[in-house]
Amino acid sequence: MSSESSSIQKGSRRGRIGATTVIAIAVVLAAVGGVAAWYVLAPRGTFEIVVIDGSSTVFPIAAAWASDFNNPQRQVTVAISGTGGGFQKFCRGETDLNDASRPIKQSERDMCAAHVPPITNITEFKIGYDGLTIVVPRSNDWVQNLTVKQLCRIWTSNTSAGACGGAGPHVTRWSELSASWPARLIKLYGPGTDSGTYDFFVEVILTPTGDRITSSFFSSEDDNILAEGVANTPDAIGYFGFAYYEQYAATLRSVPIDDEKMTNGAGPIGPSVETIKNGTYQPLSRPLFVYAHGKSLDRQVVKDFLRFGLSAHGTELVSRTGYVGLSPSELAIEAAKVPG
Amino acid sequence: MRPKSLRVRKAKEAAYLAGFVLAVLAALAVLGVLLWSIVAQAWPQLRWSLLTNYPLTDSTRVSEAGYASAIVGTLWVVGLTLALSLPLGIGAGIYLEEYARQSRISRVLQAGVTNLAGVPSVVFGLLGLALFVRAFGLGKVVLAASLTLTILVFPYVVITTREAIRAVPQSIRDGALALGATKWQTIRRQVLPAAAPGLLTGSIIAAARAMGETAPLIVLGSIPLMQFLPWGPDSLFVVMPVQIYAYFKTGPAWHGVAAAGMVILLLILFAVNGAAVVLRNRLQRQRW
Amino acid sequence: MSANARDAAERVRPGKILAALEPQWVWDRGEALIRFLLLLAAAFAVFATLAIVISLLSDAAVFFRRVSPLDFYTGTTWDPDIEEVFGVLPLLTGTLIIAGGAALIGLPLGLGSAVFLREYAPPRVREIVKPVLEILAGIPTIVFGFFAIFTISPILQDWFNADFLNGANAIIVIGIMIVPLVSSLSEDALTAVPVELRDGALALGATRYEAVSRVVVPAGLSGIVASFILAFSRAVGETMVVLLVAGQTTVIQLDIFRQMNTMAGFIAQRATGDLAVDDPSYLSLFAVGLTLFAITLGLNLLSDLFRARFREAYE
Repeated sequence: MSSESSSIQKGSRRGRIGATTVIAIAVVLAAVGGVAAWYVLAPRGTFEIVVIDGSSTVFPIAAAWASDFNNPQRQVTVAISGTGGGFQKFCRGETDLNDASRPIKQSERDMCAAHVPPITNITEFKIGYDGLTIVVPRSNDWVQNLTVKQLCRIWTSNTSAGACGGAGPHVTRWSELSASWPARLIKLYGPGTDSGTYDFFVEVILTPTGDRITSSFFSSEDDNILAEGVANTPDAIGYFGFAYYEQYAATLRSVPIDDEKMTNGAGPIGPSVETIKNGTYQPLSRPLFVYAHGKSLDRQVVKDFLRFGLSAHGTELVSRTGYVGLSPSELAIEAAKVPG
Repeated sequence: MRPKSLRVRKAKEAAYLAGFVLAVLAALAVLGVLLWSIVAQAWPQLRWSLLTNYPLTDSTRVSEAGYASAIVGTLWVVGLTLALSLPLGIGAGIYLEEYARQSRISRVLQAGVTNLAGVPSVVFGLLGLALFVRAFGLGKVVLAASLTLTILVFPYVVITTREAIRAVPQSIRDGALALGATKWQTIRRQVLPAAAPGLLTGSIIAAARAMGETAPLIVLGSIPLMQFLPWGPDSLFVVMPVQIYAYFKTGPAWHGVAAAGMVILLLILFAVNGAAVVLRNRLQRQRW
Repeated sequence: MSANARDAAERVRPGKILAALEPQWVWDRGEALIRFLLLLAAAFAVFATLAIVISLLSDAAVFFRRVSPLDFYTGTTWDPDIEEVFGVLPLLTGTLIIAGGAALIGLPLGLGSAVFLREYAPPRVREIVKPVLEILAGIPTIVFGFFAIFTISPILQDWFNADFLNGANAIIVIGIMIVPLVSSLSEDALTAVPVELRDGALALGATRYEAVSRVVVPAGLSGIVASFILAFSRAVGETMVVLLVAGQTTVIQLDIFRQMNTMAGFIAQRATGDLAVDDPSYLSLFAVGLTLFAITLGLNLLSDLFRARFREAYE
């Protein structure tokens, strides 16, 4: 072999790797082999798993319960697919519990029953209350309060004079609601159509007068995006759950709502723990739910979890997340629904 | 056409050089600003316990939250994805470059590859949900995620493999064949080692892509609150980008933790890139 | 051993042990087997693409039975959930504007970086800049999304009176995101150009820029065009950034400082619920997905044709 290597020989020597690299690769392979051995030989996680999915509004509550409930023998996982999306999974038996910020619809019950095998024995558990909050940015200094009729006019798609039960057609500018307000366009923000919050808002603000919601609003399933959007857009108005509003109280202002009914408090009333609890914040107070089905209620760990949440400690956790917990008598009623 | 004067040409040269330098500086500047803004937000939350704690949502316990489940989940998902996509992608790249370069079949296959590269990541999520989670009955486990990401990442591996192999001079192959080596021997012993640096680039791109994918894994079913470590390919899981997004969604009190998660993710990526660069430099002692 | 057998053994050189264990015919079959396995690997893309097409087509077909394709492709109002009007043009124009704008930013910057790194940069600079670009390439899109929310959007709001969520957010950030991709692939393409071409140009008295622009880049054009198309496809399909910062729109919207939406963004917004039933708004996902897919397919076929021609010239 000549001392001058030809380029072919150089090429094949290039393919060879130095000692350090060989050692490094050996170490990596050993590590991988070790992990593989551990996986094969070590006992599998022997804990029970409870799978929860559903509303992003209820998520903080389920998550708080789960965090305290979890231990090496039992683990609760919580996901956020939205109330509607969660029911899809629930009705396929893929989840044990569904978080919901509105009651289950009949079509969803039908979907559950239609599944093969059918999902039956759907049990509703009320777990707390939320006050859906109407928010404007702090830079908005003209709106002091709004009536339900005004809210309807802001969000309706109906442009005829008879919209909102005769209150008037859809408004596009603030000045159309009150002459002293700016003549600028109203920018709408709200959750998307998969959200229970959306369903609830439409149901209490628009549906009573037969109105449908406009499509010209920015929709997002992410309340953070909504909050940031409203906070940064001078002429914006939006809505989401009370617990989220509390976190953004520095940049957003909640708008007191007047439902023009004397029976539950006169005048415009803003959302707070008290007004939600005593039912004067109307019509935007709503209960929050967790749904279980027959198969999940057969499992002891699910029952334990439900009882854990529907206890004094569980209610305290609900309050800590910013929502309103059940009263002791309500708790007793709900906890009694857990079989066995 | 009269050639332009030397002065004009030199001026153009200088101008374009300045332009190129500016382009690079702009890219670097953006990277700098991006990293700085994230680190600044993450700073109050940077602590070792982020690596060992589990996720929480209680805003009074922000300093006790962490990313343990997401880190292990990412390692599992990305590791499995690489194990599946690298052999497939490099094999495909070899075939397209070495065995079928000029044929119509090659063009159809290559079109398939580049088209796959252009599909939005969410569509892969839908496909993975329908195919792996439902039809194959795997459920929302690591394996389903890895199979989905394999399809997503595969085209990038193929394309970079092809470029890497194309960069190997034909003389190398001709010489080997002339000495009596078979086609596969040439590839295995001459072309692939020569293309190793480029192949490594492709692997880095694949790993980085897999690590950062959020949308398909949300569709597939990554879980934002999971307080145990995934135990294997058949485990429920959560990955870093989804966990970061979940923290971000939980509220402004958690933005610091979300940013800290990004820092962790970026550090992991940095380590992976760095290791690969070191390896590549070692293999690339000789330039053509 | 006979002379022939010896030659045969020499030819293969599998090492003495293997030579003893495996006769020649195994090695010949082995070649064919390997070739077949590699073909399967290459065909994986086609299998995967078929899977996507089938799943998209089957649901899109159901959609198009309810909504006429003509209305879909010529309609200028996109309101799938509430009014259930399905005109895809707002999404289409949004996609083209955002991807096109991003390409205008990212392609020149990326090619410039590649040329700089390849032709001008001293090795030390190269060793620093290349890894940095790879880091940029590896940054997850969600991080870019947050970067857009917290850094880019406020700037645009101040300087251009933009909305909080606007199209320019996405254009700028996606443009930056594709720079490393364009740069690294272009650079590989430029590396594939034989050095002699460049040296020859320099020897003839060209300045470095002239050598690059008139000889090297045209020679490497196939790879460069490939990287451009890939980057543009990436911009077209970019989801998370659009999801976070571009916004939504129901009508055709050309002002980049207001909200815009793309096809990919819409799919992400709509699909994070679940695979649902057969309401048209859910099915519209697949019609949009199919359209997006067809567009990228068309782009890629075009680039393939384009590339094949140049490849022949320089090999």
